[in-house]
Amino acid sequence: MQTALQGIRILDLTRVWSGPLAVRILTDLGAEAIRIESRGQRGPAAVPDWQVKRSGFYPNNERGERGWNRNAFINEMNRNKLGITLELNRPEGVEIFRQLVAISDVVIENYSPRVLNNLGIDYGHLRAVRPDIILVSMPGYGLSGPYRDRVAYGTTLEPEAGLSYLMGYPDRGPQRLGVAYPDPVAGIHAAGAVLLALWHRRRTGEGQHVELAQIESAVAMIGEFVLAYQLTGTLPPRLGNRHPWMAPHGCYPCRGEDRWITIAVRSNNEWQALCGVLGQPWLNTDKRFATPLARWYHQDELDAIIAAWTRERDAFDVMDELQQVGVPAGVVCDGRDLATNPHLVARGFFPRLEHPDAGTHFYPGLPIHLSRTPASYRADAPALGQHNRFVLAELLGLTGARIDALASAGIIGDRPLA
Amino acid sequence: MTIAPLKGIRVLDLSNGVGGAYCGKLLACYGATVTRIEASSGSALRREGPFRDDRPDPNTSALQLYLDTSKRAMTLNLEHPDGQRLLRQLVTTVDVLVEDAGQQRMTELGLDYSRIAAIAPDLIYVSVTPFGNDGPYATYQATELTLYALGGYMALTGDPDREPLQGPGAQPSYLAGVYAFVGVMAALWARADGHGGQFLDISAFEAIAASHQWTISRYSYSGMVQRRIGNRYDSGHPITIYPTADGYISIGISTDEQAQRFFVLINRPDLGEDPRFATNLARLEHADELDAIISPWFAVRTSAEVVALCQEMRVPCARVATIADLLADPHLQQRGFWQEIAHPYAGRLLYPGLPFHLPAADGSIQRAPLLSEHSVETLEEAGEAHTDLGRLRALGGI
Repeated sequence: MQTALQGIRILDLTRVWSGPLAVRILTDLGAEAIRIESRGQRGPAAVPDWQVKRSGFYPNNERGERGWNRNAFINEMNRNKLGITLELNRPEGVEIFRQLVAISDVVIENYSPRVLNNLGIDYGHLRAVRPDIILVSMPGYGLSGPYRDRVAYGTTLEPEAGLSYLMGYPDRGPQRLGVAYPDPVAGIHAAGAVLLALWHRRRTGEGQHVELAQIESAVAMIGEFVLAYQLTGTLPPRLGNRHPWMAPHGCYPCRGEDRWITIAVRSNNEWQALCGVLGQPWLNTDKRFATPLARWYHQDELDAIIAAWTRERDAFDVMDELQQVGVPAGVVCDGRDLATNPHLVARGFFPRLEHPDAGTHFYPGLPIHLSRTPASYRADAPALGQHNRFVLAELLGLTGARIDALASAGIIGDRPLA
Repeated sequence: MTIAPLKGIRVLDLSNGVGGAYCGKLLACYGATVTRIEASSGSALRREGPFRDDRPDPNTSALQLYLDTSKRAMTLNLEHPDGQRLLRQLVTTVDVLVEDAGQQRMTELGLDYSRIAAIAPDLIYVSVTPFGNDGPYATYQATELTLYALGGYMALTGDPDREPLQGPGAQPSYLAGVYAFVGVMAALWARADGHGGQFLDISAFEAIAASHQWTISRYSYSGMVQRRIGNRYDSGHPITIYPTADGYISIGISTDEQAQRFFVLINRPDLGEDPRFATNLARLEHADELDAIISPWFAVRTSAEVVALCQEMRVPCARVATIADLLADPHLQQRGFWQEIAHPYAGRLLYPGLPFHLPAADGSIQRAPLLSEHSVETLEEAGEAHTDLGRLRALGGI
């Protein structure tokens, strides 16, 4: 089956989430990626049992023989990729890397800015190997600016990019999302940046060094607030689950432990429909709720009425009833709800892949459905160093003896360093 | 001056919501000619606000000003046969169409993919919706709140003993918008490889579901269901927000070495010897006790002081920024991230710059178009004679 990005080869030097996600998206779209890891990158060889259980990352909470190949997060991020190990702090490792650059289209990395320089593989060096190489760097603060060399994590970038101040309980302070949100934001943008650079090269023959500062792509996701502040002179109040003009708009308790339904009403029609489902016809004519503005002012009372009703009911039943009459409603779904969601399952959103060490599991897929060149889930994530021999022999033409020597010298391998 | 990478690519952007519009914005900023197709009173973005001086005006809505940068704008009445005819004419002159009404609605208008592809087979036709065009939820209604909930983000956000929380602004739709942009770029590449045009379906629900960190993989491998823990983070502590004397800071101590340096900084090196605080997970397990000890240190200092002291010790720490803080941020300022742009009705404002940079091929941010600003010239370019425009206007086609 033809894919969109067939024939493109990417060298993946990225770590953790944002970078590996960018590359995963591109491989889902058909590009080939060679993931280059140091043998220290996946942690120690033997993670203690209590840590295995605490993390929830291992199949059935069992470390297994090669636990470093059974980590759910690593495997989720790196499907479809070929995996090799290289110690880039050794000249022989850098030499192999250079040979790979010569046969690749893109190199992508999310190190802090000085690292590539220190390793002798910055853009200037890469260009010397391949003049039209595309290098994509995605550091937290960018490659320039006064905060350039600060340690950057998604968890501190999110509040620093202004997102946390815009959310939270009204009676409390700023709130973070429950994920390191700037990471996927940067990752998805970076996938787009790679494709833009490839498009430019297709037209002009030119490569380039693309820069994505994660704090900037995060601010891009709340740009309207920046303009609103300048236009109105005021900062928005912290609204909890409420909305600047919609009412009712909130999160209501349902039957069961930690079960909630969200409901949002955008118009008088939706309000009438909600009243019908609540089965309290007097609500339709109550002046306190007759217009959007009136409903907004009387939200406290509205919320109490709605919560009294939802509290007795199953969250999915409520969603179903409300959606049937066209009222926006969404169950607050946890990981289990999400993974078993009938809509996502029906859309084929959870490909199942088999891993030699981790077994068969389902993973989140690509949210882009293309009619002619659909997403391709070809293989589970590579075991550490799984494709060392394949890449070195088949793609670089190294002899078996040479590869054995590299392994003996510790430049490549398939076990963690410690 | 370099040439923007997408120069020569033409896009029709029919969006009324954030997702489709953000996809169109990215295409426009990196050089594509993107033309908004709006109802005569303007898209829903123009009604959302907030507005200049809090006075509703289709040309001063912050949401539209932001999402429509670098685009052109025309009005077409797509419920009128003449409007539909004009759109069918326009699609034969462009490379990409973005819609967010959904294919059911577009079919009612005679503008669904199969009909359009018959006259424009190379067109890349993108549909950005809350749930996609098929599946059990295809006809479901949604707002950002309900998508945060269904998409699993809310269950991870907020205190364990209170209601969960929605995120800021319109992240579900923005995520759909970036994915749609990636999809368009991939489809352009495929078309250049000879695969022709195609239909792209992107949904906000899937975009959020694909943006989880550990949630799905943990459940898939071990059945663990991740729960919310307030501002804390599940791999260590302190990775959270603390009040300071004049605001809040966010700290991200993720290794034992960073923790040691922090304990030295606050003059409590003994804490590093305490087994309760010696490792990431121990610190998380004893987070309440640790917070009781360290919170006062933050509370009596200003945010600037805390950040400076921590950064000096290579402890990851940053201010929790308000919008005002962002605009005054020295790093963003010196990087030239804020672009001052004039607009006839909104005035001179600072706009966020590009989300990434291609030095060999500059993108750029230009002001958003006024309502119907380019209607006449777009139609003229498409071959509608001047006399016809008057008739069309009278009949309500434009």
